[in-house]
Amino acid sequence: MINFQYARASDVSDAVRQIAADPEAKFIAGGTNLLDLMKEDVERPTRLIDISGLPLKTVEETKDGGLRIGALVPNSDLAWHPKIEQRYPLLSSAILAGASAQLRNMASTGGNLLQRTRCYYFYDTATPCNKREPGSGCSAIDGVNRMHAILGTSDFCIAVHPSDMCVALAALEAKVHVVGPSGERVIAFADFHRLPGYTPHRDSDLNSDEIITAVELPAQGFATNYSYLKIRDRLSYAFALVSVAAALEFDGDSIKDARLTLGGVAHKPWRDPAAEAALLSNAKGFAHNTFKIDLARRAIVRALTQAANGTPQSQSSKKIR
Amino acid sequence: MADIITATQPPRETIAAPAKISISVTVNGLRRQLNVAPWTTLLDALRDHLDLTGTKKGCDHGQCGACTVLVDGRRINSCLTLAVMKDGADITTIEGLAADGALHPLQQAFIDHDAFQCGYCTPGQICSAAGMIAEGKAKTPDEIRELMSGNICRCAAYPNIVAAIQQAMGAKP
Repeated sequence: MINFQYARASDVSDAVRQIAADPEAKFIAGGTNLLDLMKEDVERPTRLIDISGLPLKTVEETKDGGLRIGALVPNSDLAWHPKIEQRYPLLSSAILAGASAQLRNMASTGGNLLQRTRCYYFYDTATPCNKREPGSGCSAIDGVNRMHAILGTSDFCIAVHPSDMCVALAALEAKVHVVGPSGERVIAFADFHRLPGYTPHRDSDLNSDEIITAVELPAQGFATNYSYLKIRDRLSYAFALVSVAAALEFDGDSIKDARLTLGGVAHKPWRDPAAEAALLSNAKGFAHNTFKIDLARRAIVRALTQAANGTPQSQSSKKIR
Repeated sequence: MADIITATQPPRETIAAPAKISISVTVNGLRRQLNVAPWTTLLDALRDHLDLTGTKKGCDHGQCGACTVLVDGRRINSCLTLAVMKDGADITTIEGLAADGALHPLQQAFIDHDAFQCGYCTPGQICSAAGMIAEGKAKTPDEIRELMSGNICRCAAYPNIVAAIQQAMGAKP
């Protein structure tokens, strides 16, 4: 880790002022991903701006019947918040499927959105990586790519977004509130994260002088028929090979609304109404991850069955039901 | 030769070494004043500044849980925490769990169930279990295993760790 200066932000506008004044600075809140990347020399900020004291730690009702989650609400508090457990159990389940209890106690809501990929080559500064060093090449395309994307890849990057929480937020059609020097803007969740294209170094549409202040959930929570199914190499504390957030709303025997989002398969949570068809026709595997195409197809079927039956995947017993 | 270099090279811009920052924390009930560099982790502050070496450095990347301590009652990875960001916090390490000369119920349970071999992960396991019991979410062995998955035991004493935690949970009122 390189030496850096440390400063605290006194409020949101002070945070924006400080980050806009120093292109080499980074915000720090939970620090669970940033400090790790700094120890690996992947991130080298010369100044950290501590936003952990800002008043963004509440979950509030919106006038539309949804909830506004402050960007600094820790992942564990959010997963176990009574209103999230009751009205958005898909979100609660997805959060509890990710990381460890310690990390969830530290990690913030906004930070979860901004965590970087766990692609081995992104972490390994001895290898080329277009995300870490634009123009240097992608080592994963012809390298070890078992964990990598099968949808929305480019010739420049096949990394996946590692979050579980974001897969549920995409399914729920959350909105991201951000503040920059010119004021606040609201970004639809589907537009927040980017596909790699020619610019894999940009994970999201958040500008470098903007701060996430809240994540807003719409009223519709799919509290009865949902499932978050995460398939991984070990039963806990591992990133997804494939994950599925499935949410259904029934009108009698017919499906009124359906949401299906995949994690572990793309540079962003993959929201696709015709996901199964797309997987069969559009998915492109690499040397070590073609198994993900079939795995994703089967996981979708299982997650939708769980959701329809009202028997969501348990994140503790892992038993198939 | 040295003169030529001095004459032609402008002074290199350098970042001034940041001053150490003074913080005050309560560790195991004692108020402690510390001067730390911004990049000092809470783990290094505990071990190197306060000589509390019970908290272990395993991976130093938040993957193994050996560094788990309680900050304001919540279990966290001290290796991924900057000490400067915990000014004013109340910290409990493995050295602070026993009270009045008696082992904490978790410490006793780990002995009773032989819940370790080498013991390196044990301080983190016990602090993590203390945090988990305070959270009140784990009831079944499956739930204990899931909510303790952030603590790796390379000796694989897992069955005995789960049994020890179950005993300690039962001992709680």
